[in-house]
Amino acid sequence: MAKRTIELIVNGDRYELAVDPWRTLANVLREDLRLTGTKVGCAQGDCGACTVLLDGRSISSCLTLAVEAHQREVTTIEGLAPSPDELHPIQEAFVQHGAVQCGYCTPGMVLAAKHLLDNNPAPSEAEIRAGLSGNLCRCTGYNKIVDAIGAAAKKISDTGKEA
Amino acid sequence: MKNPAIIGQSIPRLDAPSKVTGKAIYTDDMKLPGMLYGKLLRSPLAHARIKRIDVSKAKALPGVKDVIVGADTPGVKYGNWRLVPQSQDELPLAVDKVRFVGDEVAAVCALDPETAEKALGLIEVEYEELPAILSVEEATAEGAGLIHQESKGNVSLVRKIDYGDLDQMFAKADYVREDTFRVHPVQHAYMEPCSSLAQTEEGNRVTLWTSTQTPYIVQCLLASTLGLPENNVRVMKVQIGGGFGGKMELRPWEFCAAFMSLRTGRPVKFTLTRHDELAYGRRRHPMTIYSKVGFKKDGMLLAKDFQVMLDGGAYNAMGPTATFLCGTFGNMLYNYPAYRYFGRHVYTNKPPASAMRGFGAPQAAFAAETQMNMAAEELGIDPIDIRLMNAMQTGDVIPDVATISSCGFKESLEEVRRISGWDQKRKNKTPGKGLGIGCFSFISGGVFNWFNTKYNFSAAEVKVFEDGTAQLAVMACDIGQGPDTVLRQILAAELGIPIHKIRLISMDTACTPKADLGTWGSRVTLMNGNAIIEAAGKIKAMLRPVMFSELDLNQIHDLAFEDERVFVRANPKKGMDFAECVYKALRGREGEPLTARGYYTPRNKGLVSPAFSFGAQVAEVAVDQDTGQIQVEKMYTAHDCGVAINKMSVEGQLEGAIQMGLGYALMEDLVMDDQGRTLNTTFLDYKMPAAEDMPPGESVEIETYEPEGPFGAKEAGEGLAIPTAPAISHAVFEAVGYRCMETPITPEKVLRALGKIK
Repeated sequence: MAKRTIELIVNGDRYELAVDPWRTLANVLREDLRLTGTKVGCAQGDCGACTVLLDGRSISSCLTLAVEAHQREVTTIEGLAPSPDELHPIQEAFVQHGAVQCGYCTPGMVLAAKHLLDNNPAPSEAEIRAGLSGNLCRCTGYNKIVDAIGAAAKKISDTGKEA
Repeated sequence: MKNPAIIGQSIPRLDAPSKVTGKAIYTDDMKLPGMLYGKLLRSPLAHARIKRIDVSKAKALPGVKDVIVGADTPGVKYGNWRLVPQSQDELPLAVDKVRFVGDEVAAVCALDPETAEKALGLIEVEYEELPAILSVEEATAEGAGLIHQESKGNVSLVRKIDYGDLDQMFAKADYVREDTFRVHPVQHAYMEPCSSLAQTEEGNRVTLWTSTQTPYIVQCLLASTLGLPENNVRVMKVQIGGGFGGKMELRPWEFCAAFMSLRTGRPVKFTLTRHDELAYGRRRHPMTIYSKVGFKKDGMLLAKDFQVMLDGGAYNAMGPTATFLCGTFGNMLYNYPAYRYFGRHVYTNKPPASAMRGFGAPQAAFAAETQMNMAAEELGIDPIDIRLMNAMQTGDVIPDVATISSCGFKESLEEVRRISGWDQKRKNKTPGKGLGIGCFSFISGGVFNWFNTKYNFSAAEVKVFEDGTAQLAVMACDIGQGPDTVLRQILAAELGIPIHKIRLISMDTACTPKADLGTWGSRVTLMNGNAIIEAAGKIKAMLRPVMFSELDLNQIHDLAFEDERVFVRANPKKGMDFAECVYKALRGREGEPLTARGYYTPRNKGLVSPAFSFGAQVAEVAVDQDTGQIQVEKMYTAHDCGVAINKMSVEGQLEGAIQMGLGYALMEDLVMDDQGRTLNTTFLDYKMPAAEDMPPGESVEIETYEPEGPFGAKEAGEGLAIPTAPAISHAVFEAVGYRCMETPITPEKVLRALGKIK
């Protein structure tokens, strides 16, 4: 099968790529753009480690073909912090609340949380847990992740900054 | 004893910013110039002789750079128990025989992963199938075929413990019960699938980045299997995406990456899939546990006879240690005047079981704690009271094992009783609801030198500089549990400098001091922490003469290192900045930096561990009597981990342990067919708890001071994975009367017990 030329807008940067049509977005992000913050924990859409935002919506990039993202906006974990020396409030909350252990699920968790808070700025604890239903973690037991997301929601609404 | 202020602080982990921004580099994130992609061909059969392998078609495929089979390798067997060479039963690639579905038979490396995968399909292997032995009962039956010729009866290792007069004690007992428990296999399910990348230089030196818990063990065993000096292998720092015991041995893909890199002169990387991990990966030992226990009628324990068969799968892996620890934890927590353990590690044609969070203890505790609850019920004694009556305490001696140097077990029992509302809730029972208890004890690192290292168990190198900063070098590795932060907290406390002024070099076998046995058995904080304290003490000794001569101090003065200052403890005004002190100490040393090394090896600490943690957990559950669904409503925990160095990290360990314990009790199970194939090889089918499945929790830390630990610290986190399953099981019994003797506790088993289904 011939390669397809696609244009991806990733974290605001435009890339023109020739890719095999069967390649996943996760694979192209990691291997071609070297954005390795997107993790592959199962490659089957079960674990959520590969979560990215596609036009603002959280998706499993291991189940999405790169060609499907043609001319669409992709946000990966590398694109979330507002500047090199500043963290996004969700990232900051993950650090401060001990929501990170091995860190392999973390990029996906953070982006799932971003999607959640974009759509529901003041979620209840149950809504946060439901919002993480597509993301597995084996280290933390989730509670500190849930706490961190709650704290980030509060901070974002208090400061009116970035959601 | 008053600890420095930084001890016990919930300092956010220093590696967290790189992890939340995606900058942290794990092995599979790495790509080197000219790198080749490796893939493994695995046996589709559980037990077979290899009659013929033909790799010619695979080799001829354009893009394939190397194909290897067992006969191409040096054929050196390996295994973690170097102390017992006959226990080393594994080869990187099978020779003559395959012993489980997934046994590695050949490896390919190619320009891209797709070509490597295609090449695997072109390798022709002709097998002569042998009968597959899939249970410990079959394996140990008379006339059973042998999985390894050397192991008669398919038993690879026997562990016996025997003290007290068992017969006499049972004769004295008013109440004796015998039970048999069966516990099932589960998997670590670390989120990062294993990955290894090898690069060679100067002909025969190998650098390996690999998802491991034990860089030193991998270095040594990789060198021996390659036929190279140890010094030619360097294992280097990467981020590790969880381990839980599943990444603590040399693995075939580590060997194949290094071996094919040597052959091709190019970097070679192997990354497993989740299917590989679930279908063929290490797992927690299934066990058959017979336990006979005797009590006086007032509840005093007299004797226990504990006989265990561990289903080890096809190779020893860390099974020998699990066999030892299962015996040790069969009689922990309570004082048994007489105890006998007979543990057998049995080969079967299944993927090897190995270490997994608790290392033989979760299985032992499931049986022991459940049986304790059964006895309490029949003797008419409250389950907490019967435990308090028999509980170990500080100073107790376990024959041939250890003297308990700190123990907050009784306090844990009292606290968990209080916070769970135990007495009240048991008095006013609600149908379908119940409270259950499970307890644990665990090691803080092992004493037994099964790896037969000639070096210290842990080592640290500290350097201090005239700008007031320090560098810490340790071989210990952070697999997610947090030592990259905690070890720096310990050094910061010793030197009295802020944690961010300490640069860390860890997990690099070439430039950190030898050695560190790795991250397992909850050993890092205690063992490495002690090594750091010794090294820091030597640095302080180098700084002391400066202080005494500069300030003309009296011999009776003692120095303190706090807040980036060195000063006279009795007169804090008398002192100088830490940086200045280092600067002055550097003079006259002919340019020799201030460097010191510290070491720790447990000596005269019995056979098992220098320190033990303790704790108790209560589960509150509701069982739906129509569906059999079990809802864990709340978990209450009280545990003694000595002094917590980083409270937030300890909480994180506890909460993570509950996730794993909950999964073990209720949801997770590796289901196998009658051909030895694992059937649930995706996270869709291998169910582990998600965020919505997690119950709320309440916990209390019982602070004791462990004299053998750094700043009083001991094990925290691994042991906590032990009590959850027995606590939930007991709660289910209290709720609906179903006593689980064969894990996991499923709705189907509940309904069958309630007579709702056949």
